[in-house]
Amino acid sequence: MSNKESLFSKKNKEILLNPLSKNNPVTVQILGICSALAVTAQLKPAIVMAISVTIVLAFSCVIISMLRNTIPNRIRIIVQLVVIATLVIIVDQLLKAYSYNISKQLSVFVGLIITNCILMGRLEAFALGNKPWQSFLDGVGNGAGYGMILIIVAFFRELFGSGSLFGLRIIPESWYIANGGFYSNNGMMILPPMALIIVGVIIWVQRSKNKDLIEN
Amino acid sequence: MDKNSNKYIFIYASVMVILVAAVLSIASISLKSAQQKNIKIEKKQNILASVNIESTTKNAEQLFSEKVVKSYIINSKAEILEGNAFNIDMKKEKQLALDKRSLPVYEFSIDGETKYVFPMYGAGLWGPIWGYISLDSDLNTIYGATFDHSSETPGLGAEIATKKFQKQFQGKKIFDDQENFVSITVAKANETAPKQYSVDAISGGTLTSKGLQKMLLNDLGSYRAFFKQKKSE
Repeated sequence: MSNKESLFSKKNKEILLNPLSKNNPVTVQILGICSALAVTAQLKPAIVMAISVTIVLAFSCVIISMLRNTIPNRIRIIVQLVVIATLVIIVDQLLKAYSYNISKQLSVFVGLIITNCILMGRLEAFALGNKPWQSFLDGVGNGAGYGMILIIVAFFRELFGSGSLFGLRIIPESWYIANGGFYSNNGMMILPPMALIIVGVIIWVQRSKNKDLIEN
Repeated sequence: MDKNSNKYIFIYASVMVILVAAVLSIASISLKSAQQKNIKIEKKQNILASVNIESTTKNAEQLFSEKVVKSYIINSKAEILEGNAFNIDMKKEKQLALDKRSLPVYEFSIDGETKYVFPMYGAGLWGPIWGYISLDSDLNTIYGATFDHSSETPGLGAEIATKKFQKQFQGKKIFDDQENFVSITVAKANETAPKQYSVDAISGGTLTSKGLQKMLLNDLGSYRAFFKQKKSE
């Protein structure tokens, strides 16, 4: 069937693009919240995390999808974890050897990728029952959907929490109370609870625009 | 074979584990030398950064051998020990009692003035933090500082690795007017410490900031005999 189906058929496009809107892993499936709180105090780590999760997710989806007919049902979760952890460690080792600066930026995220529920969630819900190419698209789509939310949250948190974006100052120094101005950074924004509130606001906006998502 | 039989599951799990172990060991062994080279270069870059010299991964080794006048190891009584200062692992030294530690010292010559560089190693919130402090030839004024960490929270504790935080240390004193060792306080907004002995803590990174303060107090403190000896020379 898939031999005759084009690589970007309508169905495949949906697999790729749905996670960006009405099937978003963070705001609709409510997965991966923990790392969304941890790494969104600034934009740069959020983007690095988004890229790493997308890469690891896409490839573990492909591997699990290729193995799907051999995996014994009773140990499938363990197999999934082993695949994810192996991939993450290999990527980490390669970065340490050939791209040391990037591996330093990733530091703690590596551990966070292994525990990210989106990975297990997508492997369990999609890759175990679908062909490698579709699983790859699903992985890329979900990684991108996750990254999109991370970047939106990090944008607000860094702008209002530190007055900067990508570490560059946006709100002028002279506005600050310390320099005789009227403004001060919102300390709440730096702390994880504010990330949860921003995610909540995004869910609210998304649901009010897309009535399909509202449960009865 | 039945996919749900115990035999199949055992074989499947065993083969998977052996395969994965083999792949990971091959990756680890074959990449080790490249990784260690990176770590060495990074250490040289960090030491150079503490005396405010910018280096790239390419020129760090050359700059380092040019700028370091001498390096040696001392103990806590300021007696010179045998060995190569660069190979000392501060993590291992910190596990020993103070009088058994080997303490590296690097001497740089910057614009004709001697600068001393001392390594630091301590605990942050989630894992180790470390760094290098350089002092002017008076062994009181901080010339530069650099810090790094293994797993502090990005945007919070991890800010100790930023230029902005490290720049604060320049020009601060570690001895008061009566020649008492005071180290540097990493002060929160509600703490009042004299400006010349303190820097601002990181908002949201209190435990890392306090870990850093403790590290400075302990590790600069272990060189006290050396400071005293050099000052009386």
